[in-house]
Amino acid sequence: MPTFNQIRSVLSQKTVGIAGAGGLGSNCAAALLRSGVGKLIIADYDVVSEPNLNRQFYFRDQIGQKKVFALADNLARIEPEDCVQVHDTKITEDNISLIYSTCDVVVEAFDEASEKEMFINYMLTHFPDKPLVAGSGMAGWGRLELLKSDNSGNLYICGDEESEVSENNPPLAPRVGIVSNMQADKVLELLLERKKLH
Amino acid sequence: MQIILNNRSETFKGQELTVSEIMELKSFRFKMLVVRLNDQLVKKEDYATTIVKEGDDLKIIHLVSGG
Repeated sequence: MPTFNQIRSVLSQKTVGIAGAGGLGSNCAAALLRSGVGKLIIADYDVVSEPNLNRQFYFRDQIGQKKVFALADNLARIEPEDCVQVHDTKITEDNISLIYSTCDVVVEAFDEASEKEMFINYMLTHFPDKPLVAGSGMAGWGRLELLKSDNSGNLYICGDEESEVSENNPPLAPRVGIVSNMQADKVLELLLERKKLH
Repeated sequence: MQIILNNRSETFKGQELTVSEIMELKSFRFKMLVVRLNDQLVKKEDYATTIVKEGDDLKIIHLVSGG
């Protein structure tokens, strides 16, 4: 097994894209940065609001700030080196290539199922060789045995694929955090396995 | 015919079925899906015309809101 320094030296050369800076994206970004990923490219257009604080990597005094700038500030407190490139924009089919084409791996971290579908379809069509790690199904609590990581070719899906968020089934910190970290762990697996460090 | 559907072996009557027919038979009614046939993306507009045959590997992935 490699040492942490060996792991970091591989990861420091890598770029990971994250589409969305909510519960999945903000926590996944922190895990990847702590692991030593050299560059993160993160896009989102949203603003930090009070209900976000139940699961997203933001703080009360950041309410009202653009998520990508608040996240960049928080990540800089973990790693002050300039590792994070942010885009304060809504991700659409018109800008996905521009933002994410240089990434080694991309993480889908949207909230809305329709946005997940749009992004995954676009990536599989235009970047079929780029690994894509998506999240689907993480509302509520418990039922940890249902959480899984599945794949079809270069598409990886983390979550239970059934627990949809609604008024009566809200997203909560533990399960969202678990899935965001499953995504981060899958990214590490993809970036490290090709190097045959073991 | 026998195919692999979402990592599990499944048997259907007949020699071939479309992706739409399989979704109907299996009661997949989620609106947001990603469908992959032998690791190739099948677009929504092609569900009704894409043929699944013996031995194929079909994945119908549910996308649900939350993140």
